[in-house]
Amino acid sequence: MDTERAPRLAVPHYRHDRDTDHPPLASPGYGSTALRAPARPLVVLPQRLTEITGPVLGETRVGELDHDLTRQHAAEPLGQRIVVTGRVLDGDGRAVRHTLVEVWQANAAGRYAHAVDNWPAPLDPNFAGVGRTMTDDEGRYRFVTVKPGAYPWRNHDNAWRPAHIHFSLFGRAFTQRLVTQMYFPDDPLFFQDPIFNAVPDPAARARMVSAYDHTVTESQWALGFTFDIVLRGRDRTPFEDEHDDD
Amino acid sequence: MTDRLQVTPSQTVGPFLHIALQWEDGPYVVPPGTAGGRWLRGRVLDGAGDPVPDGLVETWQADPDGRFDHPDDPRGATASAIEGFRGFGRSTTDREGRFEIFTVKPGPLPAPDGGTEAPHLDVSVLARGLLHRVVTRIYFPDEPQANERDPVLASVDPSRRPTLVATAGPDGLLHDIRLQGEHETVFFDL
Ligand SMILES: [Fe+3]
Repeated sequence: MDTERAPRLAVPHYRHDRDTDHPPLASPGYGSTALRAPARPLVVLPQRLTEITGPVLGETRVGELDHDLTRQHAAEPLGQRIVVTGRVLDGDGRAVRHTLVEVWQANAAGRYAHAVDNWPAPLDPNFAGVGRTMTDDEGRYRFVTVKPGAYPWRNHDNAWRPAHIHFSLFGRAFTQRLVTQMYFPDDPLFFQDPIFNAVPDPAARARMVSAYDHTVTESQWALGFTFDIVLRGRDRTPFEDEHDDD
Repeated sequence: MTDRLQVTPSQTVGPFLHIALQWEDGPYVVPPGTAGGRWLRGRVLDGAGDPVPDGLVETWQADPDGRFDHPDDPRGATASAIEGFRGFGRSTTDREGRFEIFTVKPGPLPAPDGGTEAPHLDVSVLARGLLHRVVTRIYFPDEPQANERDPVLASVDPSRRPTLVATAGPDGLLHDIRLQGEHETVFFDL
């Protein structure tokens, strides 16, 4: 293909997030950033074909019980059964459809089923703490799990992580890739957590906190929490139709 | 019309990412045995030169014809001629900070401004201690002329360009990613 004479390519452009929306890579309160945060200024990468496309991962990545962390073993895990549901949207309120959502978490006692996690809280043979699902046509996902416990770490004196569920999202383009953590409302441990508080804007921090939702709570079964996730939005290009194409 | 929403902040993957993000087929951008397939191997290192054992390296690329099977490619979504081409690779790091991706060389790409991008992979690096993923690229050592004309490489200080180009290895390519330090890898603001 003679790319020298190719017509101008119209590619979508994803808006830049505000600096206060994300934690700075160098966050002194979180000790592990000291030797891992790049020290040199980032180089601007204009969004071209590789950046505005991304993996389209099919339903085959997800097993029938992958969304239900309470049914993956011989018996039920211990702990408070919960439903966590919400929508994956882009910054323009458009649903991100059929995208893979991956989660991982500690068990009800605050311990991960991971060889390196060895603090003295019990493992639960009926809980791996790993879930996967695809969003539906409205961008909705739903997990059934148990509420994770808080756990200690060695970052500072008497350091405890607030209860959280790790979320990994692809969105529709490489540009939208996001890994975050979902927290629970009114956690008393927020004040001393440097990972949560590394996000500069309190309003942005609040967007990582799920809401208790009585309409999601299921009678005689499980408490419900809602957590919507917003990925970067796109600028309109002059080439884009006025109506939403999706 | 749709409403503008503010984004959800990024957080670190933490130290226990392996339980969820390590896929058995993760490293395979193309299936094992694919003609032209090669291993991209390297390490993720911190500012002290020590391995990062709790990291994740993900790659995204065009196929050897320079096409993406994706609806936003203005040239049209095009399924690859390679059976099972995924375009996406994912490798957790091991105790020595090593990652491995099995892939094929992508084709060159037309840039929106009329130039041509040299074959490259887009790379995300996530780890404990990284509150936000960092983004880099990997270029190919056997494409010196294309690399010379690549608009992204051209935007990088010449002394730092080698941090974006892999070297030849025994079964493919070698490429270390240095998060910090004298030879810190170039990371991009996307
Ligand atoms: Fe955690």
